[in-house]
Amino acid sequence: MSKAMVVDDSKAIRMILSKTLAEFGYEVCEAANGREALVVFEREKDSISLVLVDWNMPQMDGLEFVKELRADPRHSSVILMMVTTETEVEQMVRALEAGANEYVMKPFTKEIIADKLRMLGVVQ
Amino acid sequence: MPLSNAPAAVGINPESYRFLQDYVYRESGIVLDGDKQYLLEARLTPILRQRQLASLNDLCALLQATAEAPLKRQVVEAMTTHETFFFREAAQFDALRTTVLPELIQLHQDTQKLAFWSAASSFGQEAYTLAMLLLEMGLGGWKIQILGTDLSTQAVERARAGKYLQIEVNRGLPAAYLVKYFTRVGLDWQLKDEVRKMVRYEAMDLRQSMRTLGPFDIVFCRNVLIYFDIESKKKILTELRGTLFRGGYLLLGGSETTLNLANEFERKMFGPAAFYRAP
Ligand SMILES: C[S@@+](CC[C@H](N)C(=O)[O-])C[C@H]1O[C@@H](n2cnc3c(N)ncnc32)[C@H](O)[C@@H]1O
Repeated sequence: MSKAMVVDDSKAIRMILSKTLAEFGYEVCEAANGREALVVFEREKDSISLVLVDWNMPQMDGLEFVKELRADPRHSSVILMMVTTETEVEQMVRALEAGANEYVMKPFTKEIIADKLRMLGVVQ
Repeated sequence: MPLSNAPAAVGINPESYRFLQDYVYRESGIVLDGDKQYLLEARLTPILRQRQLASLNDLCALLQATAEAPLKRQVVEAMTTHETFFFREAAQFDALRTTVLPELIQLHQDTQKLAFWSAASSFGQEAYTLAMLLLEMGLGGWKIQILGTDLSTQAVERARAGKYLQIEVNRGLPAAYLVKYFTRVGLDWQLKDEVRKMVRYEAMDLRQSMRTLGPFDIVFCRNVLIYFDIESKKKILTELRGTLFRGGYLLLGGSETTLNLANEFERKMFGPAAFYRAP
């Protein structure tokens, strides 16, 4: 079974995103910042296929996390989607260049997340 | 105290309900079932407030008494659903990109011409999605004609402007397209001229004759037939067929079909996406 990870320093946002992903049949694990996310990912790396990650978080931000994860070619097939309040084009370009597959601007709705996942072909 | 701050007294008598049903049907073809009082109330209450009318019955009386075009448009507009988003029915766009368009490109290599129509284009996302897809496929140098039409002049104007809210570009549009084809203007997102100039928008009622239109390689008529009755659906599908090249494709919304309405179309599946092929 396919696993997803939600990385955000806000517990409320983690809950909303986890619930949405669970509705698509994902088993979901969570982390509150990039550093914690790397630890969780290392533990679950064989089953995680999708990561939703915030940008601005303490200790390690989302962009750093994306770069770290993409530095290892074994993880190139993991789908990374940034979900963030950053809405500047330059920021989006940075995230995509760092290896994010998709980018969602906050505030988001369940439909927005669902449509992006559909577009990425990870859910029907 | 101005009426606008007081909750308008809604509620509607059966005669007025019938009148509004007929009225909206006559003006747009949209069928309101007998149990849509709540919908009428929710959609028309703002008009009551603005016009300082006490009830939907009063609005009906006014509609019967005047031929005021703005009011007419406002009522039809209020009863219309414009919901749309970029890459809606993603599977269809996938099939276009991987299979259908490559075949068309092969076929039209000599003339390098392609023609498309987004019938019921709403705010333009459908036609612009196609335009961006064609650019991504390297067809910028081809003679591409994309027509977008909608009953609503307001929707047509918005589509022409090509300016979208953050929530609109957040939905369905790949981030890579956003950064490539849009510029940020304050809180909004402006589609670049390169894409905007590929589409021509016109106001048009789908129930009118389509004899002067086409021929098109692909026609999108998505998520609009659901609002019509069977007779209108049949008539529109027949007319649409006449605008397609032989072998051209009609695309419908996910919950729509030509089955038992226009059986001359051949249904072809590309993965989960249905395309209707004109004979
Ligand atoms: C739900 S939207 C669909 C937009 C787009 N095709 C899509 O699938 O996302 C329906 C549109 O049909 C338009 N419409 C309703 N009645 C119409 C008519 N009689 N002729 C042309 N357009 C009509 C509405 O104005 C509205 O913009």
